Amino acid sequence: MDLNGKNVIALGDRDSVPGEVIAAVVETLGGVVIAVRTECFV
Amino acid sequence: MDPENQGLIKQLATEVGTDNLVVILGAADAEAVEVAAETVREGDPAYVGPLAGVQLGLPVYHILEDAMKGAVEPQVYEDQLGFFAVSFDTDEITEAMKRARGES
Repeated sequence: MDLNGKNVIALGDRDSVPGEVIAAVVETLGGVVIAVRTECFV
Repeated sequence: MDPENQGLIKQLATEVGTDNLVVILGAADAEAVEVAAETVREGDPAYVGPLAGVQLGLPVYHILEDAMKGAVEPQVYEDQLGFFAVSFDTDEITEAMKRARGES
């Protein structure tokens, strides 16, 4: 998986991994986070 | 996936294009994850949101699936995702993502 330089939409979940955590991890892989959301799937 | 997020993804795909765009999911429910992945690839299966009939074909991954664990630096993974990885069924999530991508 290569996220370096990719535009990334981080779509987290209120009851599991929040969007902000996804974004933090993606940025360590060189991804460019262009949107962060934390939704409730249930 | 709720209509608001479908609209956001559709808008961003229009603005930046789909060639370099990736969606990363974080939900723990395997069924919800599979539907969300299907939505950004093939369109809204329920035919109610902005992505109904819209096949963006976006690459989509889950932050807790095996491929991600292999890519993230171990200390970062432990610090950011360790708690979630032991709290949820990552095997089930990985299988759901593979099904949604047509890999199994």
